[in-house]
Amino acid sequence: MMTRILKAHLTRRYMFSASHRLHSNQMSAEENRATYGRCNNPYGHGHNYTVEIAVSGPVDNRTGMVCNLAGLDAFVRAEILDRYDHQNLNLLPEFANEVPTTENLCIAIYKIVKRGFHHAHLEKVRIEETMMNSFEYTGER
Amino acid sequence: MLYLTRKAEFSAAHFYHNPGFTPEENQRIFGKCNNPNGHGHNYTLEVTVKGAVDPKSGFVVDLKQLKDVMSREVLDALDHRFLNKEVPEFFTKIPTTENLAIVIWQRLAPKLTAAQLHRVRVYETPDLFVDFYGEESPGEA
Repeated sequence: MMTRILKAHLTRRYMFSASHRLHSNQMSAEENRATYGRCNNPYGHGHNYTVEIAVSGPVDNRTGMVCNLAGLDAFVRAEILDRYDHQNLNLLPEFANEVPTTENLCIAIYKIVKRGFHHAHLEKVRIEETMMNSFEYTGER
Repeated sequence: MLYLTRKAEFSAAHFYHNPGFTPEENQRIFGKCNNPNGHGHNYTLEVTVKGAVDPKSGFVVDLKQLKDVMSREVLDALDHRFLNKEVPEFFTKIPTTENLAIVIWQRLAPKLTAAQLHRVRVYETPDLFVDFYGEESPGEA
């Protein structure tokens, strides 16, 4: 027990608000309305999104931490919250050819964290679109 | 296999400080959490046990026993305490949420006989929690 390195999982929750419209260029107007219903409204609508970033790793004996929380917060603020908060998701390049469903938003955020945050292993991105809907992406497994 | 989760709450004070670091390093790494006078949190603890359902009782574990073990081993020791000064594990370990989850696991695991400990989750705030599954990290320091 003295020098064993133990592995812990840390999850941090963040919030942002954004608008979107669910509409696929690969479907007719009727198909879009049938598939997306009210979410197909051409004027768009918005949500308060809650994003959970879950990372894991060895607990550093010197700091007692999986990763420095201030570092994770700064990364998420710069790369995710500043990018998405109070924006129209449909106008962002990642949604030029993808429908901004919360599924695709999970994947987009997972890719940003995977690419840019290397202080711990990314386990999962979970997004609550409303209190009733949540989505999780754990990468390709 | 069936999983059962019991929640509890406790409030405690702590601060983060590694005597091996210089004052500047402590301040840079731990920021506001380095204030030696301490600060506090309302922690939420979730203990998840797993096991087969006993065919006679219909229980995975006697919830009364689980509650008693949690109260005796964890809440009596941590609730309304200054972790660094009153809880022996934190005389040497930094009382981060990661280490709290580990210490709570180590306190509970030997006392739980009927069911097996699966996960300890500690919320430091509603936006930050750590999960510990008793995992060791392979190799790295």
